[in-house]
Amino acid sequence: MLQEEEDLSLTIAHIVQKLKGSRLYSQLERQAWVSLQKPEIKLESLKEDIKEFFRITGWEKKLQNAVYSELTVFPLPRHPAAPPEHLKEPLVYMRKAQGSWEKRILKSLNSMCTELSIPLARKRPVVEQKELLNKWNEMGTDEPDLSLFRPVYAPKDFLEVLINLRNPNYENGDHLNLRTHLGLIQVPLKVKYISELKDYFIELSLNTGQLGIDDATQVPPELFENEHVRLGQKVLAEQDSAAAQQYVRQGSPTALRAELWALILNVSNQPEDLLYYEQLKSNVIQHDLLVDSLIYKDVKLTASNDDYYFVFEDYLYQVLLCFSRDTSVLGHFAYNSASPPKSYIRGKLGMEDYAVFYPPNGVIPFHGFSMYVAPLCFLYHEPSKLYQIFREMYVRFFFRLHSISSHHSGIVSLCFLFETLLQTHLPQLFYHLREIGAQPLRISFKWMVRAFSGYLATDQLLLLWDRILGYNSLEILAVLAAAVFAFRAVNLMEVTSLAAAEAVLADLSTLKVMPLLQIFLFATVT
Amino acid sequence: MSRVQVPCHIKGAVALQVGDVRTVQGRPGVLVIDVTFPTAGPIELQEITFKNYYTAFLSIRVRQPGSPNKWITCLRDYCLMPNPHNEEGAQDYVSLYKHQMLCDMEKVLELRLILRQPSPLWLNFTLEDLQFFQHGPQSPSSAFTKWLSHPAPYEQPALLLQQALPDPDKVSSEVQQMWMLTEMIRANRTTARIGRFDVSCPAASAFSPLALTWPGLTSSVCVTGGWLL
Repeated sequence: MLQEEEDLSLTIAHIVQKLKGSRLYSQLERQAWVSLQKPEIKLESLKEDIKEFFRITGWEKKLQNAVYSELTVFPLPRHPAAPPEHLKEPLVYMRKAQGSWEKRILKSLNSMCTELSIPLARKRPVVEQKELLNKWNEMGTDEPDLSLFRPVYAPKDFLEVLINLRNPNYENGDHLNLRTHLGLIQVPLKVKYISELKDYFIELSLNTGQLGIDDATQVPPELFENEHVRLGQKVLAEQDSAAAQQYVRQGSPTALRAELWALILNVSNQPEDLLYYEQLKSNVIQHDLLVDSLIYKDVKLTASNDDYYFVFEDYLYQVLLCFSRDTSVLGHFAYNSASPPKSYIRGKLGMEDYAVFYPPNGVIPFHGFSMYVAPLCFLYHEPSKLYQIFREMYVRFFFRLHSISSHHSGIVSLCFLFETLLQTHLPQLFYHLREIGAQPLRISFKWMVRAFSGYLATDQLLLLWDRILGYNSLEILAVLAAAVFAFRAVNLMEVTSLAAAEAVLADLSTLKVMPLLQIFLFATVT
Repeated sequence: MSRVQVPCHIKGAVALQVGDVRTVQGRPGVLVIDVTFPTAGPIELQEITFKNYYTAFLSIRVRQPGSPNKWITCLRDYCLMPNPHNEEGAQDYVSLYKHQMLCDMEKVLELRLILRQPSPLWLNFTLEDLQFFQHGPQSPSSAFTKWLSHPAPYEQPALLLQQALPDPDKVSSEVQQMWMLTEMIRANRTTARIGRFDVSCPAASAFSPLALTWPGLTSSVCVTGGWLL
């Protein structure tokens, strides 16, 4: 009991310290000063009257949203003896694996740099700056020569690293024994059983209305849809983050989705945010980074070739180029197992005073990175708001999909969860695929790393991402991957090679996400 | 509350196993660690801190000067890993406090930590960085120096030089205000970023392409071919 009280006061102190320097704090102070002129505020009961004033004018709600956002995103303060690396990742061997993976990426980037003799960063000449400023809204028409650039790594390279992940204290001999896992992932992480998943995803159950199922044309809207939309409008009127997060678990109406997501991520369009985006834009114009060419190449290879997203090519450049210069993203490395790479000014290798992070936000894009932004373009049309939403989603969710960590939403746990679900509920299918050399994870890994972006139809993808925001966890990606395999199980049982299995699962664009999830979680006989 | 670390002597872990260690297959599931306090005599134990390494359950027994031949259990099967087969909790930092113990820890001569790991999956298990703490001294207000509590009698101000030395009374009142300002700023210290005044991306032509590195890694890496597109 005593310990819990101490933990609570430590958490409160931690959050207060975080919020004290934020814009919200100064706004609240200003509002409190302004309220002193109002007749309702009496000197005898000053504290209560001001609190009541905040409640009526909606400032208390804003503060609640900010506190909720802090609690959701940042992990609680750690044990005093634990070093900061422990907060990033508690297991030592995973930290080491992430470190050597980062070293590999770095080596690849360095070798590409020296081969092409391009500097990591350079200041643009004034003529070029003017040209870029004129072309800012149509950077997609630019056709620079990118043939010599290669993406730094692709998801399949990352999968190989995860397959070779081993715990040195774990008994897995080289030969197959009872302790070897039948799937590709060989680390015994904690994942939820299907009964725990059923409790966790209770709002997706068969007797609860869902958007994605109960808004189909055959279902009369009075049964669920109208009431749900009314409820959504009420939530937006209240401006309550926590309520929005709970609401979105049953899906979000298309008309309200943009505002609901902004409310959940606590992103508001203040003039300061617009100014910050403009500052990033001017950084892009003044300096040219090597990472920019990687981003160009990635967008050209992935999003521009996609039927749904090619129209947003210009937006993607505007967001991603600014993203790589945003140093506020460095804050998320406190709870990310990855570390940002450091670069040294020429001639001063190893001296900490001359070290900077490269790229400025510490994130090196890989093949397919731009697909994280592309679906958001359907919701937000203003580049600065689109940018903020993407940045929030990245530092809350997407970073876990490409770093090695034992977190329950990390990609290693998602892979392990997927394999466990498949083995438990479709043992025949799993055995058959394993026998023909088509380990299921090899096919579903690329879906999960991209959060299914580019594989599902956009409306289905947005329904899926509604649930990711609602449950604040990426586990639903693994459940959906298993559900897709369950859906196509009959066809998969007849294939005889990895290529044929991939062909069966090549096209997911006709799938409906919510019925698949419901059937897999609640209607499968186990 | 303040706490002071107690120097202790930790004897190496002894595995308990049935049968002959050499001929029996399988690893021991129980380890015993003995801890004595040779310099401090019987201490009042406030807190125990350690880093777990794959131990699932912990029991603690103490020997007290009241009954030197009896071991009293003060913690029974405290769960460190909710599922012994999984990695959850396997490498966490843990603190155990006096109020969690079953008996009182006023005088402790010796401690015996009994570690259990029933799962056969793990090669080793132990507790690392064991530290023991007792109550620290009271707040430092007790030790007042004499010259603070007996202020010196009023002295005549020294003669001012005719040149531009400011009036000491005026300076001292302003210093008081400045001191208050610094105290306010220090109290408002925050971890939020200032935002607009961040340093922008530095002038870049000086970057050497060979100079990218990650801090603190010593492991060697082999780059396998073919993993670049």
